[in-house]
Amino acid sequence: MTDEAVPDALATPVEPQGDEGERLHVLGLFVGFVTGLPQLIFPIFAAFFGTRGSDNPLISIAAVSAILLFSLFFRWLSWMRFRYHIGEHDIRIESGIVSRNARSIPFERIQDVSIEQKPLARLFALGEVKFETGGGDGDDAKLSFVSVEEANRLRELVKAHKSGQASVSHAEPLVPDADAPPIFAMDSNRVFVFGLYSFSLVIFAVLGGLAQQFDFLLPFEIWDFRHWIGVAEERGVTVENLNGIGWTAQIILALVALGGLIFIGFATGIIRTVLREYGFRLERTAKGFRRRRGLLTLTDAVMPAHRVQAAVVQTGPIRKRRGWHSLKFVSLAQDSKEETNFVAAPFATLAEIWPIAHAAMIVAPDAQTQFHRGVIRNWTIQILLILPVILGAIVAVTLWADTTILRAMSLLLILVFFVPYLWLDWRKYGYALDGDQIYVKRGWWQEKLTIAPQVKVQTVEIYQGPIARRQGLASVNFGISGGSLEMIALPLETAQAIRDAVMEQVAAVDYAVVAGEARLSTNV
Amino acid sequence: MDHDSPPDITPLNPAYVTTTRIASALGYLPFLIGAGALEIAQLLPPGSFFVPVFLLYLFMAFVVPKRKYRHWGYDMGSDRLRIVRGYMFFRDTVVPFGRIQHIDVEQGPIDRRYDLATLTVHTAGNHNSTVTLPGLLHADALAMREAIRSAIRQDQI
Repeated sequence: MTDEAVPDALATPVEPQGDEGERLHVLGLFVGFVTGLPQLIFPIFAAFFGTRGSDNPLISIAAVSAILLFSLFFRWLSWMRFRYHIGEHDIRIESGIVSRNARSIPFERIQDVSIEQKPLARLFALGEVKFETGGGDGDDAKLSFVSVEEANRLRELVKAHKSGQASVSHAEPLVPDADAPPIFAMDSNRVFVFGLYSFSLVIFAVLGGLAQQFDFLLPFEIWDFRHWIGVAEERGVTVENLNGIGWTAQIILALVALGGLIFIGFATGIIRTVLREYGFRLERTAKGFRRRRGLLTLTDAVMPAHRVQAAVVQTGPIRKRRGWHSLKFVSLAQDSKEETNFVAAPFATLAEIWPIAHAAMIVAPDAQTQFHRGVIRNWTIQILLILPVILGAIVAVTLWADTTILRAMSLLLILVFFVPYLWLDWRKYGYALDGDQIYVKRGWWQEKLTIAPQVKVQTVEIYQGPIARRQGLASVNFGISGGSLEMIALPLETAQAIRDAVMEQVAAVDYAVVAGEARLSTNV
Repeated sequence: MDHDSPPDITPLNPAYVTTTRIASALGYLPFLIGAGALEIAQLLPPGSFFVPVFLLYLFMAFVVPKRKYRHWGYDMGSDRLRIVRGYMFFRDTVVPFGRIQHIDVEQGPIDRRYDLATLTVHTAGNHNSTVTLPGLLHADALAMREAIRSAIRQDQI
């Protein structure tokens, strides 16, 4: 399309050097400068107020314009040093004023080309072209700015390059979403019970935070306890008064206060849950999972099934007794501000959860799945590590705080809590690996089971810290889009074996195939 | 103490020692200057602060780069790139070519003098979404980039 200079790129790797490739539109310099002005507000203010004291107003003007010129100069420099080049197989971008960076984005990896035109750019008929590759962080590749014609040309170019292999995804029939029978739904009763389990005292934190933020608006000092005692005294309540009402009355008062607290806790949980989860309904549509929920603000979210990278099944210490679990899907997309993963079923039994997971092609661990425990040395060593700290603290306390040794020894009580915690942490941790999936469960308080298909793994890393290295232990970190998965306390050989086994699965399949895989299977 | 890395690991270019030395010598210079200023101000007994700082500086700028170099290594497979680094904090990372989204070859001002470059591969993962390999000959880095890129393309066909 542009240049057919090198028919076989494998034989002679071409490297666009120097002035090969194309520059961005020069007017973009101006647009970038103007849109970047807000960032300069602080330096400009600093320059302005820094020079305000001098008699000559020209100095202030000179300082401000120096900053502006400086910024413009650097923009010009980076513009000069920026080149993009549409190759036969990839887009190359060279940038950097002092450090030179040459980026190569293969066409196969480009998921989406977006053209953005902000008002000012539109005025000059410019556009910002973004190539999205579905990479981990957002900084894929951006051309800001090129002319609109060039932007459209680039988009067409990428489309043309991809058309050979991407046609599958467009062939998918777009069935209008009829209301399919939900694969999971929660009635009002379920939502209410869920609310009971969501006991929360967060309201007090919120109120406290608000009071702290806006205490300048209040006509009194909210944190001044003497003021409050004064207010109470004005109404005839004094500390002596309270002390005088007798023992039983004090207990009753305390119980009432506690009861109020508990009531508020439950009420908050129920209200918050009902507001968020009311009418929860999850459907499996042709595109993926469609979830609707909410009482006042109805949300309607769609998660393409092929974007599910892993499933997380979680439960709490109390809800576990009744068999309540939650299911979340890990993906790059963010569900909402507080929930980074897609909540597929917030409150369900395992019997309900596994079919949903199965719809995303994640299978429950079966009888053959052998969960292995971590090597217990990894936990016992932590006791040995904390002991010197405690002993040191005991010595320090007896020497400088003038307490008896016996009293200082009470610091050893820390172990009473620490050791059971370690034991629980060890007991609740487990990892497993079968032909297709990775399983890790962890958490002594909130039990969490993460299941990831091996083909969704992006990178594998074996890690050894200084202590683990001495013990011959290692951990394995699996890089997954939108989440992470870590196996800890493995013998080094096991870690290597797991890495190799997973890599055999992963390296055989290309990312683009993984991303497209589920698309095909939805039609089945 | 020699590193027990497997034999199939390729070491970095020896010039990496020099570039890291220059970079850390410059990077830690402010601390040395600060210590020198304190020495001149004579707030502390002579040499009590400057000498340890100076020794630490020498260690960080001259001994550490050599160690770093010894523990770095990579293995370019037919379908994956393996990067090994660190002694105290040992990391052994494998990135399959099939998962690489885009590739950077970067050259800083010091690198350019010694014709070195840094290869960075980006994946879609959250953990390790960018994996960096410094201290490669610029030509090698470019060749590796081409190899990875063509591997990505062949997977497609």
